[in-house]
Amino acid sequence: MTSNLRARAAVVGVGTTETWNNPGQSSLDQLAIAVQRAAQDAGIAMHDIDGLFTSTLSHLMPALSVAEYLGLRPKVMDGTNIGGSSFIGHLSHAVMALEAGLCDVACVCYGSNQLSAGGKLATLSEPPHWEVPYGPRFPISGYALIAQRHMWEFATSRAQMAEVVVASRAWAKLNPQAFEQADLTIDDVLASRVVSDPLSKADCCLVTDGGGAIILTRADRAKDMPHPPVYVLAAAAAATHRFISSMPDMTTTGAVQSSKAAYEMAGLGPDQIDLLQLYDAFSINVILFLEDLGFCAKGEGGPFASSGRIAPGGALPVNTNGGGLSCCHPGMYGVFALIEAVIQVRGQAEARQVEKFETALVHGTGGQMSSHATAVLGGPSTV
Amino acid sequence: MDTSPITPELTYRNALKEGRFMLQVCSGTGRAVFYPRVASPWTGKPLTTWSQMSGQGQVYSTTTVRQRTEKGGDYNVAIIELAEGARMMSRVESVAPDQVEIGMDVVAKIIASPDGEPMIVFVPKTRVVT
Repeated sequence: MTSNLRARAAVVGVGTTETWNNPGQSSLDQLAIAVQRAAQDAGIAMHDIDGLFTSTLSHLMPALSVAEYLGLRPKVMDGTNIGGSSFIGHLSHAVMALEAGLCDVACVCYGSNQLSAGGKLATLSEPPHWEVPYGPRFPISGYALIAQRHMWEFATSRAQMAEVVVASRAWAKLNPQAFEQADLTIDDVLASRVVSDPLSKADCCLVTDGGGAIILTRADRAKDMPHPPVYVLAAAAAATHRFISSMPDMTTTGAVQSSKAAYEMAGLGPDQIDLLQLYDAFSINVILFLEDLGFCAKGEGGPFASSGRIAPGGALPVNTNGGGLSCCHPGMYGVFALIEAVIQVRGQAEARQVEKFETALVHGTGGQMSSHATAVLGGPSTV
Repeated sequence: MDTSPITPELTYRNALKEGRFMLQVCSGTGRAVFYPRVASPWTGKPLTTWSQMSGQGQVYSTTTVRQRTEKGGDYNVAIIELAEGARMMSRVESVAPDQVEIGMDVVAKIIASPDGEPMIVFVPKTRVVT
C-alpha cells in the first residue's frame, strides 16, 4: 500500500546557517536564515512555501511561530515533535501532503540557539516523574543504560564506541563547515571525563547553535529546478516508548520497524545503500543503528564500526559531515542528517564526497531512543 | 471531605504509604505493569487487579552517575526487572554504585524520599539477612 509514495516527491533545496555559534540570534532567526537559503537553493521565493513542517525545543506551537515570523500562510501545517528525529518523520507527512495536492511547496525546517543561549539543553520537555526521584541525567543516563546493556549482552567495548567518535572527527576534518576540527584519537575519547557510565563527554554529541531547512516539491516539478532532484524513495517512523524505563528491549530499537517499512517502500535493501546519515546523539547510537538497520547482525555493531569501516576511505560511509558528534548538534539534529544526505546524493560534498552516492539512508531517533524515523533518498538513476 | 477520584497512581502511592508495594497485573499477559495506569499497554484492556509485589527483582541495566564529592558523590541509577515482569527505574543501595551489576538479584525496600514521599529502592539480595 505504501509503495505508491516512492519517489512521488523530491528535495529540491537545502540550506543551513553558515556557522554553528551565532550569539544574539534567536532560534527563529537561525531557522529563517536556513529557510531563506533553502528557498534560494531551490530557486523559489520563500513565500511560495505553502506546506510547513517544523518543530523546535522552545515553541509549544512551532508551526504558528515559524509561519508568523516568516510571513507564510501555509495550507498544511505540521508541528509534530517526536524529538530529534522529527524532521525525518516530517518527511513522510510532507510527501503525503504533496502527493495529495494539499500543498505544492513543502518546507521542513528547524533552528536553535542552544549553544549561545547557555550551552545547556534548553527544552520544553516535561520531566518524567517516575524517574526523576532517582536522579538520572537527561538524556545521557538513558543512553548510558542502553550502552551498558549492549556491552553486557554482546561484549561491546568502550574502545569500539570511541571508534565511532574518531570516525566522525575524521569526516569533520574534510568538512570546513564542521564545528569540531581538533585531532582526536581513541585514547583521547577513552580518557574523556565519564558522565554516566559508560558514556564520557566525548561519547556525547556537540551542543551548538544552528538552523537547517529543506524544500520539497512533487517529483514532476522537481525536474525543472536548479539542482538535480533528490527523490524521497521512502520515509517511515516508529515509536517504542517515551522515557527510558519503558523501553521494551534496550538493545533492539524501533529502527528495526521503521527501516523495514522504509526498505519495503524504497524497494531496496541495506546492500543497495551507498551512504548512511545516522543520528549520533551518543556514540552507542551508531552501533545500534548499524545492527537494527540491517548492516550487520545483532551484537556485531561494535566490531563492525571499528577498524575505519565507517570513516573516510572505509567501506561504508557514515555521517560524512561529521555528524552530531563533530559537525553540529543544535538540540535536534534530524534535519541536518537529511541535508548532508541530499548534498552527497547531488554530488556536491567536495572534499568529503563519497565515491558511490546514488542512494542514501537517513535514520534518526528522538527522546531516549524512543522515536525512530528512516528515510531513503535517491538520485536520478533510482527512479 | 476529599472527593478526588482514586486514580491508579493514587492507589499505588497510598499503598506505598502503608508499606505495601502494589502494582496492577495485566489479565491478558499475567505481567505486572509499571507505572500504574488505566489500561494495559499490552492488551489495551482495563487494569482492574492489584497485586502485592514479592519485592524480588534483577538488575536489567545500571549506570553510575558521576557527581563531584562536594555535591554528594557518584550514585547508582538502575533499571530493575521485577519477578512479576514489570520494569522500573530505581537505584541499588548498600553497595558501591560501580559494584552494581546487570543480572544481580535484588530486593525492594520502601524508603522516604527527600520530600517525605515513600519511594522504592533495591538492595542486593545476598546482603539481606532473613
